[in-house]
Amino acid sequence: MENLIDIKAVRHSYRTASGPLPVLDGLELTVPEGGFVAVVGPSGCGKSTLTRLVAGLLIPDHGEVSVHGSRITGPRSNVGMAFQNPVLLEWRTILQNVLLPLEIVPTKLSKAEGEERARKLLALVGLEGFENKRPSELSGGMKQRASLCRALIHKPEVLILDEPFGALDAFTREDLWQIMHRVKAEEPFTGVLITHDLRESIFLADQVVVLSGRPAKTQFVLDIPDTGIRTLDHLYTPEAATMLNTLRHQIEIAQGRAPAEAAA
Amino acid sequence: MKARQVYVPVLAVIVFLVLWEALVWAMGWPNYKMASPSDLIPAYEKYWELFLVMGWQTLWRTVVGLLLAVIFGIALGMIMGFSRVMRDALYPLLVGFNAVPKATVVPIVALMFVGAHDFNTVLIAFMISFFPIAVSVSIGLSTLEPEYRDILRSLGASQATIFWKIALPKTLPEFFGALKVSVTLAFIGTNLMEIVSPHGRGLGALFDSGKTNSDYPLMFAVLIALAFLGIVLYYVVVALEKIFAGWADRTV
Repeated sequence: MENLIDIKAVRHSYRTASGPLPVLDGLELTVPEGGFVAVVGPSGCGKSTLTRLVAGLLIPDHGEVSVHGSRITGPRSNVGMAFQNPVLLEWRTILQNVLLPLEIVPTKLSKAEGEERARKLLALVGLEGFENKRPSELSGGMKQRASLCRALIHKPEVLILDEPFGALDAFTREDLWQIMHRVKAEEPFTGVLITHDLRESIFLADQVVVLSGRPAKTQFVLDIPDTGIRTLDHLYTPEAATMLNTLRHQIEIAQGRAPAEAAA
Repeated sequence: MKARQVYVPVLAVIVFLVLWEALVWAMGWPNYKMASPSDLIPAYEKYWELFLVMGWQTLWRTVVGLLLAVIFGIALGMIMGFSRVMRDALYPLLVGFNAVPKATVVPIVALMFVGAHDFNTVLIAFMISFFPIAVSVSIGLSTLEPEYRDILRSLGASQATIFWKIALPKTLPEFFGALKVSVTLAFIGTNLMEIVSPHGRGLGALFDSGKTNSDYPLMFAVLIALAFLGIVLYYVVVALEKIFAGWADRTV
């Protein structure tokens, strides 16, 4: 499979009052078309910087970020983003919120077709009947689902999820994980998921990338075996326990709490 | 609108007038110390034409001053909201300007533009009322969460699109909060000019003539007329707020 996202030897620093602050140094990441990569790492290691690079909101000091083989030089309309904060527009209904990207990106869809697609997406995530509600009338998990629909409405090539379930309670989060699988089956996308939750990473992604502490480089890559349709039960198998242990150990190394082994 | 929303405030006004009347009667105050509501009716009967003409003069000059304050305040707020440098540069100037008592500016303005009464009055109404608008818009814009910007920017939206689709509507509740303050300030500005530098126009001039002629009920009648105009304009702003920023009201 051809790589959709290619991040090669990326180095990036933020300018601060006390001189440049390197956040990324030696970042390598590839995501094949249709792949779903989860990125985990210690707090403040530059994970969000990574999403901004892929979205074209940030151009790295060194190295290359390309999508479909062409180097990213600025924002393009073919990404969809969802954050921990659902950032829905309070003055719009849920349906109008989901339709927002179609008002900005060039689209072949007519107004009616766009609306039909928005309704279909909302139904897919279980928000049927909430189209005309205001965001303030929805719970946190529902807002996050609407935000996901907004990220997908324009059929983006790349879906960027920056800790989208981070602020939700454990049950709602597991609910949304299963919804993500349903969405991916119906609306295939290529995705990058930033998360702090190791269980989430192995449940959703087909590859987990561990970043080192700041400045972040790619420290470890774990491929999740394809087990067909995943259910929450998969998280309680010995295989899952082994993967979680491996990842946790890698995080400890990244945090500097465990010594790096010669051949990790 | 429910009936309760009409009769409760009306009832409150009646109670207020009755208490006022009772207070003046109980204390035995003469007219020149404190007029009572029943003294006002003859004043309105006698001068109703003047009240209409001068009330209109006060109203239109206040509204024009306020509109200028809205335009200038939004523009200034945008400049300060989007640019950190401009905010740092303009804030001290703005606060200093606002701290100068406008009563002291009135004679200066009156001397600068001698004879331009309408212009002078509008200018003072404008000067006194743009500050809250500028500050609220700049705060509304500068506190916009970066994620809102990123959502649109990642789709290739221009700064103008981000402003129209997100920044502006998101700032509207703060803007209307400030506009309610500015409405009353603008009235103060208009009347300052009309009273401190009278030129025979507006309710302020009517107040001044009441003072010269020792017509105390007339002075009180002017105050009540001003209060009435203030209430009317305030509720116009409330109605606009309901239309454009009703979504922000969580009490319904």
